[in-house]
Amino acid sequence: MRVVIIGAGEVGTSIAANLASEHDVVVIDIDERRAEQLKYDLDVLTLTGDGTSMETLETAEITSADMLIACTDDDRTNIVACATAKALSNPFTIVRTKNVEYLQTWERNNDAFGADFVVCSDLLTAQNIVRIVGLPAAIDVDPFVGGLVQMAEFEITESSPVTGQTVVEADRYESLTFAGLFRDDELLLPSGDTRIEPGDRAVVIGSPESVQLFANDIAPETTPDRADEIVIIGGSDIGYHTARLLEQRQFSPRLVEQDEQRARYLAEELPGTTVMQHDPTDTEFLQREHIDEAEILAVAHESDEKSLLISVLASRLGVDRVIAVVDTAEYVTIFEEIGIDVAINPRGATAEEITRFSFESVAENLAVLENDQAEVLELQLGKDSGLVRKPIRDLDQEIDGQFVIGAIARGQSLITPRGNTELRPGDHIVVFVETDAIAEITAMT
Amino acid sequence: MVRSRVRVRWRASLALTGLVLVALAVPLAFPAVVALYYGESLLPFGVAIGVTVALGGAMRRLADPSENLGPREAFLAVSLIWFLVAAVGAIPFLVAGAGTIGGPVTALFEAMSGLTTTGATAIRDFSAHSQSILMWRQVIQWLGGLGILILATAVLSSLNVAGAQLMETETQTRTVDKLTPRISETARLIWGLYVGLTLLAMGAYWALGLLGVAPNMDLYNAVAHGFTTVATAGFSPEPESMGAFAPAVQWIAIPFMVTASTSFVLLYFAIKVDPMRLLRNEEFHFYLGTITFFTAIVAGVLTLSANPAFDPEEILRHALFNVASIVTTTGYASTDFDVWGPAAKHMLFLCMFFGGMVGSTTCSIKSLRWLVAFKSLYRGLYTSIHPEAIRPVRVSGDPVDEETIRDIYAYLLLSLIIFFLLTVLVVVDAARAGADVSQFDAMGAAASTFLNIGPAFGEAGPYGTYNVFPTSTKVVMVILMWIGRIEIIPVLVLFTKSFWTS
Repeated sequence: MRVVIIGAGEVGTSIAANLASEHDVVVIDIDERRAEQLKYDLDVLTLTGDGTSMETLETAEITSADMLIACTDDDRTNIVACATAKALSNPFTIVRTKNVEYLQTWERNNDAFGADFVVCSDLLTAQNIVRIVGLPAAIDVDPFVGGLVQMAEFEITESSPVTGQTVVEADRYESLTFAGLFRDDELLLPSGDTRIEPGDRAVVIGSPESVQLFANDIAPETTPDRADEIVIIGGSDIGYHTARLLEQRQFSPRLVEQDEQRARYLAEELPGTTVMQHDPTDTEFLQREHIDEAEILAVAHESDEKSLLISVLASRLGVDRVIAVVDTAEYVTIFEEIGIDVAINPRGATAEEITRFSFESVAENLAVLENDQAEVLELQLGKDSGLVRKPIRDLDQEIDGQFVIGAIARGQSLITPRGNTELRPGDHIVVFVETDAIAEITAMT
Repeated sequence: MVRSRVRVRWRASLALTGLVLVALAVPLAFPAVVALYYGESLLPFGVAIGVTVALGGAMRRLADPSENLGPREAFLAVSLIWFLVAAVGAIPFLVAGAGTIGGPVTALFEAMSGLTTTGATAIRDFSAHSQSILMWRQVIQWLGGLGILILATAVLSSLNVAGAQLMETETQTRTVDKLTPRISETARLIWGLYVGLTLLAMGAYWALGLLGVAPNMDLYNAVAHGFTTVATAGFSPEPESMGAFAPAVQWIAIPFMVTASTSFVLLYFAIKVDPMRLLRNEEFHFYLGTITFFTAIVAGVLTLSANPAFDPEEILRHALFNVASIVTTTGYASTDFDVWGPAAKHMLFLCMFFGGMVGSTTCSIKSLRWLVAFKSLYRGLYTSIHPEAIRPVRVSGDPVDEETIRDIYAYLLLSLIIFFLLTVLVVVDAARAGADVSQFDAMGAAASTFLNIGPAFGEAGPYGTYNVFPTSTKVVMVILMWIGRIEIIPVLVLFTKSFWTS
């Protein structure tokens, strides 16, 4: 596969490094020195030029490219580059944005910007933080359909409320589907009367809120409940989205932002969050507001140095878990070495997401479970798909391979699949499939 | 010495006022038709129509098409229009010359009380007046009900650009919710709702009359009360107000008064789009809560007191009717509440300061202002414990900006100061003239006129008359009804030097 990457920054370099071994990679950057440097570091072709110009893209032989990844630090450059590439040829296009609005525009209409996939770094990072905050008990968690659907795998303990119940009995969480059970090394696709036993690993698919509720029930000690204190330091876009997503999951976080105007803006946008305007490195303030007693502190300050200081300060004052957003990739290890629980690098996360995505072209998104015994795929149904316009119950008989439809996204709304639900063209489905049946299912979309 | 130049394009304001005055001939024709039907004199209305067309026409000639209407011109125009329409409205009373409202000051008092939907009357003997004159009192209240400038914007197509400016000035709200891209279209939709509600009220009253439930509710009374119920205005051709009619009429009037004091924009959305938007509105909750709270207290007080002796239905009806009448600033009475004990009367006095929702026919201080003030006071308590917390005041989930909150505080303070000054003036002036006005009655009359409620207590009670006050007090009340109705600011700015010069 021939892949054109625009932007040789951290994200572009990291993607190029991941893809170079198996694909032909061309990297375009406007900065000559950066492009030159990359040529020696990686086995890729580099070009100097403006990724939004027709000439540059033609030099990169865009017409023979299978995929274009626009991942500079500038949203508009990425969007224009993508639209230009679509005007010249028809590669699969992936756009990186920071601004969530562009992602939302694209989610409203997938034809927008000529993009086939949009990754929003800030939102992705916030989703990662919320996942770590909200579901520490999960063995595996993955978002689908732009965060509308979540897949999570949990170990069922002796004391969990669903232990010993059948799947039908346990199916009392709104918009949550039990997709699969792993018992020892064996995969069970649950039918209604499958009994859930201690030690099973259950894969559930549903809205992030319902997954959170499920986690609260089966792992109450480790999963934070609504009364737990979650503090976000720094009202950057990442901080804002983290607070927003936590609000959606019924948490009431506190957010500390030093800039007065930004704090006011955040307070207006986040009705469920207590916004405080103060210097987050002021120990006296942290103690007066009992931030030192917080269960979880997420640091999303613009400056890595400040983030480090705040993280260390918070750990020392007695915060249980500290999650830090680290802008500079090299610092991630430093953060983790000095005892910060989790350090997340937004560019690293973006590169990871794009790489993961570019490996698979039919399925829009996937997660591999338990040594590849099963996969969770996100599929968009075409007009002539064999899955549409009949009740899901009938599909089970028609298809030999084992699968469970975990969630259906129609437009921006989530539909919980049950026996009599009918799929429609255009639906995104998140489906749990036994590895052997993947080819059969993907062929039917 | 160089005279400082006047910086207000007053010709534009006068020309606009002229336009409205000429148009006033149309509503003046309605009581003239009533006069024809009853075979009464047409002269009062003929003279008024003549004056308004002549005066309005003359003012129109000042128009200079190059001058457009800015915020200052809007302040001047709104103040002038409200005053001059009331002045023209007084002409029929003056020409008819009958009863206590035949004099210039009392005629103006009656007309201003009518137009501002106050409903305080200077009439002592209702039988002295013709049917057509009494109907004109009702019509003028209906014109003022939703604001004459909304009416003007809806009807006069030449106001399509200036309309938004005028409507904002008239209601003193920061923005007029445009329902449609065109302001005149929006005004028409709101007025359509107002007309529809009025016709519905008239129909309901008349139906009760036809069914024999309320035999004295004939077509004349149904129309007359339909006008002033939906305008939450309170004039009645009957000296005993709504107390003259059967209980069923009073029960029917309550939902109409309450609906008319609900935001018309939200009503429009509730009918056309989504009823939940109204039901989820916090101001609506606060407004209904106010009525429920005071009804419960008044009903409790009436239950405990032996005099007057009401049965349970009467207790509930009189408590709910009179509380709703005062909170919505209508000013009807279902009974003479002046004979109630002091506890119940003081509760009704408190009710005067609330008012209905912003964007309705209500007057007084209005629920939204109290709601924002209470919420921001509560916020103050919170931030005194957590000084670093940024906590926007939210109404129905939407943040209210700090400047608006300051404006609301200033408005509340200004209202209370004016109320106190007026109370003192009423007492002092009454003492000078040798009239017998108690402290509480003076407070009631001051609040009732300035906040555009209508009846007060004592001599100015629901079955009484404001004619007891000296002429000088009545003049001040005329001015304060005028100021109170257009929410103080447009008139007060006219008295600042910088308005005219800088």
